[in-house]
Amino acid sequence: MPDTVQAHTAPNVFTRDQVDWLPWLEPIAEADLTERHIAALVDAARAKSPYFRLLARDPDALEHRTRTDKDIFYNTDAGAPRADRELAAAAVSRLNGCIYCASVHARFSATYSKREADVDKLLAEGVGADLGERWNAVVAAAVALTAIPMTFGPEHVQRLRAAGMDDLAISDIIQGSAFFNWANRLMLSLGDAAIKG
Amino acid sequence: MTAPDTDLIDTLVGIAPGSPLGAARARRPAARTHAEASYRALLLPAEPGDVSIAERFAVAAYVVGLHRAEGTCAHYTAGLLEHGGPALGKAVALAVAETLAEGPKGSFPPGPLSVEDTPAPVFALSAPVAAALGKRLEAAFAHAHFLVFHPRDAAAERFRPLIEAGWTTDAIVTLSQLVSFLAFQIRVVAGLRVLAATP
Repeated sequence: MPDTVQAHTAPNVFTRDQVDWLPWLEPIAEADLTERHIAALVDAARAKSPYFRLLARDPDALEHRTRTDKDIFYNTDAGAPRADRELAAAAVSRLNGCIYCASVHARFSATYSKREADVDKLLAEGVGADLGERWNAVVAAAVALTAIPMTFGPEHVQRLRAAGMDDLAISDIIQGSAFFNWANRLMLSLGDAAIKG
Repeated sequence: MTAPDTDLIDTLVGIAPGSPLGAARARRPAARTHAEASYRALLLPAEPGDVSIAERFAVAAYVVGLHRAEGTCAHYTAGLLEHGGPALGKAVALAVAETLAEGPKGSFPPGPLSVEDTPAPVFALSAPVAAALGKRLEAAFAHAHFLVFHPRDAAAERFRPLIEAGWTTDAIVTLSQLVSFLAFQIRVVAGLRVLAATP
């Protein structure tokens, strides 16, 4: 049990501002990272991140998590626009309650869509916010996949198709929503969000 | 139980090569490859380290059971039977039945979001089921139950029962990845099954 968590203030509202993250378990020290750990970080710059150095304690799980994440969100070969994938990530994070994850992906969604007001509305009002039909369809799908038991059904697929999405785009929304049910649980449980000091 | 050239998500969804969904998955090749590699790294690692294969499948069968994920249930139940045996399989099934709940729930840091707070589902195992699981898995299931249903109730104190039950820091990271990865895999399978069935 680490008793070394820095004094900090956890944010108590959703925001597009930069938020810090402090680990509750001891990350591997930067100086102790082996070649295997560094390879598992995928981006060497992540050696600065306590989150990734903590996950590096299981390097195989970290590496495959990261490569899955990058392809779902960054692969530009057709499918759902990046803004929509990021919206799904932000909506899942809003529903699960991950203020840190929501801040990052709300920023990305706003950057790629230029729809800052709608993104802020999602953060302020939650997943019931009216964001226009296409984004409402994306958020509804993300919510239905996140709920336990899941409520995702043919009506969600039909609504995404009606919004102009093909199989690849819909599978991007499914995978993006599913991935944030992975990411939220790690970010929420292994450390605490902190207002930047 | 899984041949080297098979892909578990494709198998569970029923995706054939050349089908529309097979084509969609082929356009995200790294996501497909590394979702499968994540499964193998977390469930069937060559070096299990601090978490045995039986423990991994016990946690997985529990998490899948809590999700009522029919698409993935049979696979992990069979895996648990193979790696953990029938007595553990029965204990896990009973643990699922005793602790089913709905999610996501939990409380936000006190403030404007407190109006959205919902009570955390209770985790309580009967004495015989807890005894059949043993201390390590009982602590792991309590942690998994929180991660599945109310992850926003996270707190540093939640690691104490795991540490007291013998979970090392490395093992806690693996356990956290295992539960969280399953939250992903279960949803990909469920989502793609609906997509495949909805022309």
